[in-house]
Amino acid sequence: MNDRFNLYRFASPATFYPLAGRLIPWFIAAGILFGLAGLYIGMLVAPTDFQQGEGYRIIFIHVPTSWMSMFIYLVMAFWAAIGLAFNTRLSGMMAQALAPTGALMAFLSLWTGALWGKPMWGTWWVWDARLTSELILLFLYIGYMALVAAIDDARRADKAGGILLLVGVVNIPIIYFSVKWWNTLHQGSSVNLTKSAMAEVMLWGMLLMALAFWMYSIAVALARVRTLMLERERHTDWVRKTLVGDEQ
Amino acid sequence: MIYWNSFSDFLAMGGYGLYVWGSFGVTALAMVIEPIAVARNRKATIARLKRQLRAESRSTEA
Repeated sequence: MNDRFNLYRFASPATFYPLAGRLIPWFIAAGILFGLAGLYIGMLVAPTDFQQGEGYRIIFIHVPTSWMSMFIYLVMAFWAAIGLAFNTRLSGMMAQALAPTGALMAFLSLWTGALWGKPMWGTWWVWDARLTSELILLFLYIGYMALVAAIDDARRADKAGGILLLVGVVNIPIIYFSVKWWNTLHQGSSVNLTKSAMAEVMLWGMLLMALAFWMYSIAVALARVRTLMLERERHTDWVRKTLVGDEQ
Repeated sequence: MIYWNSFSDFLAMGGYGLYVWGSFGVTALAMVIEPIAVARNRKATIARLKRQLRAESRSTEA
């Protein structure tokens, strides 16, 4: 089999480390470009909303951060499943590298939601299904990070954290479908595959912002996973060589 | 193309300025602080690992 197309090769930290390092600048550049385009369209070009006035513009960060908070959790649960099933070294590090960014996205989702809720609903917070399940997501992130940090042995920490991630994944469909399953104060989804509730220009602004948050999250998680790799693999030859050489 | 008539209109956000800029401001701040924290942690980790490596090679030479 041609070595260049062997994906398993990249599952090894020694080959993934330099690859991640080369990819990070591209994700940063793409994130800035998408962010600028999204802000331009969302904040400068898009017209006002006939119901919510200019307050609706919070959507351009509220929806992307909410999507990311759920998606990052799913990716972490995916890595947890791979790690528990195949005992791969990289998967636990991937999950750990994503957790702080996921927690940040969950926090920003709640924060922008509160700032949106106050003028539109008259309250910063209600214990409704969508908001409460998103708050639980933030607690799951924090619980995962605390659990992993509390266990000294990295492989055991990965296993315990992985189980928590897999149990907690039940919360994701609850968040996603909460606006359908229960009567919530939170509005229904703004984007739909068949027909969207938003004007096209607003939709474009939101999708560009979502792409920017994707690129940002990938760049930060890759940077974090590289540090974790050095730390965890410090007794291996490739880390020693990396530390002695200029390539870091 | 630009929707706004003036810069002060843009800042006022039709009366929602506090809420809109409060959202964008805190998000921007978080997206500045997190990469800085990651970079600082990386620097500190590399410095610590290098120290350990030097200490190890000294103890094997002796």
